[in-house]
Amino acid sequence: MKWKEESQRKAYGQTLVELGKERSDIVVLDADLSSSTRTADFAAAFPERFFNCGIAEQNMMDTAAGLAASGKTVFVSTFAVFGTGRCYDQIRQSIAYPNLNVKIVVSHAGITVGGDGASHQIVEDLALMRVLPNMTVIVPVDSPETRKVVKTIAKLKGPMYVRIGRADVPSVTDDSTPFEINKAPVLRDGKDITLIGCGIMVSKCLEAAEELTKHGIDARVINLHTIKPIDEKTIVKAARETGGVVTAEEHSVMMGMGSAVAMTLVENFHVPMKRVGIPDVFGESGACDELMGKYGLTVDNIVEAAHDVLKRKK
Amino acid sequence: MEVYDGEFITELEGIARKIRRHSIEMIYEAGSGHPGGSLSAADILAALYFHIMRHDPKKPDWPERDRFVLSKGHAAPALYSVLAEAGYIPVSELSSLRKMGSRLQGHPCMNKTPGVEMSTGSLGHGLAAGNGMALAAKLDRKLYRIFVLCGDGEMDVGETWEAAMLASHFKLDNVTVYIDRNKLQLDGPTEKIMSLEPLSDKWKAFGWHVIEINGHNMKEIIHATNEAKGIKGRPTAIICHTIKGRGVSYMEGSLHFHGKAPSKAEYEQAMKELGGDSK
Repeated sequence: MKWKEESQRKAYGQTLVELGKERSDIVVLDADLSSSTRTADFAAAFPERFFNCGIAEQNMMDTAAGLAASGKTVFVSTFAVFGTGRCYDQIRQSIAYPNLNVKIVVSHAGITVGGDGASHQIVEDLALMRVLPNMTVIVPVDSPETRKVVKTIAKLKGPMYVRIGRADVPSVTDDSTPFEINKAPVLRDGKDITLIGCGIMVSKCLEAAEELTKHGIDARVINLHTIKPIDEKTIVKAARETGGVVTAEEHSVMMGMGSAVAMTLVENFHVPMKRVGIPDVFGESGACDELMGKYGLTVDNIVEAAHDVLKRKK
Repeated sequence: MEVYDGEFITELEGIARKIRRHSIEMIYEAGSGHPGGSLSAADILAALYFHIMRHDPKKPDWPERDRFVLSKGHAAPALYSVLAEAGYIPVSELSSLRKMGSRLQGHPCMNKTPGVEMSTGSLGHGLAAGNGMALAAKLDRKLYRIFVLCGDGEMDVGETWEAAMLASHFKLDNVTVYIDRNKLQLDGPTEKIMSLEPLSDKWKAFGWHVIEINGHNMKEIIHATNEAKGIKGRPTAIICHTIKGRGVSYMEGSLHFHGKAPSKAEYEQAMKELGGDSK
């Protein structure tokens, strides 16, 4: 399949500027990575509402909390690895616990960071954010959806975590595709098995579904962009109607999207299931495609997992 | 220098004594809490809420109000006491500290207690949060000021210094931080656990205006704050030399009462020393 590959970061930066024009309550903070996260666009357009906090993520999160407590809608950006683990206590104590209006939008998540290696490739951020009470967790699938996510969360109160990557990703949606938080769209209908993806893995699920048709298998594909709160209804319905589920995420399989789906199914409707994702290991330097291959994030991995689930279905 | 009449100062000292009494009562009733650091901060809190800050207990969300952030969240009993004396919460509610269903959590929670501006407890967060409020004030061209109370143990925390840098970088002259320099932290004297001196020089090197005072002297607290209000283009740190457990003889300078409730006999003695009978 051929999709246009576009940058989610670029979409984020541009949308922030649009929001900045419409609303004076929007402020943006970054930690010396604004040219990479693209908050630099906002900084150029609204220098008085942009605060570069330097390489001090803990300080940045608490400063964001203070701004939010004073009525601002605060977007905080850095790389995912620095915007979660490095300042977890600040997010927990000063943003999630007081339920403040801070939107943590981070880039460079997962192994597709590439050459920087494991120090920069966070594969556990969804786990860290999922367990925080009050926190909404979103993984936009592509550039058009990133725009919608940013516009939507700007209107909603409360702490939210949005994860995007470094690499350009296939645009599987377009500007007219509807978006609603907590409502997982079915991108392809099917009756034999359900493939649930998030982020960069959704396009791979769609490709896997195409591949499966060659074997006479009719796969449903769901874009689970909101990991928390999770769209239980759509997931359970799919499990009930197709009888098997494969999840695919660019995150550790330990406690990411796949685990969230597994928990939902265990408590609501049991079906054979398999999680495609990064095993319980750290990444390494390499090209995106090489890393995706080595760490089990390919179309073939999804197809193989689907066959495994289908075998267990019988 | 402004001159304050003796009666006014005596009145503030009376409030501070009430804060100390309430704090000990609350901690005694709860069976746990942090008396030492509550007592060392009582005078600063009395001066802030009964003289320095522009605020309205009837309108805790008044947009123009000055903000106070208790960065050393374990001194919550002292904060709740001054909020009660000021009228944010009923004095009778103080006895609910740390109890199930209470609005008075062990450490301050901004969504539960009227008048609490920021949830704190994990140390080293308060100044950065105060800076955020100060940036908002500047953006909105509001004149309200932000007062942050830090413990000296919090000077161990790296984020305190990140926040110190940010405040001077953005010229936050609407921020005043009081450092409750009681010289004791949980495990021992601050200079033994992690040397802080020369503390004043450190803040100066970070671009702050620094004033050192006796943190139990009402006139000095007020004068230093007035001086801070006049400083333009940079924030002010007021190093308040205090005594941990101030006001109760056996708690003064004692490590033992950092985070421990008094026994019945100790409680009764404390009430006697703080003027008046125990309940």
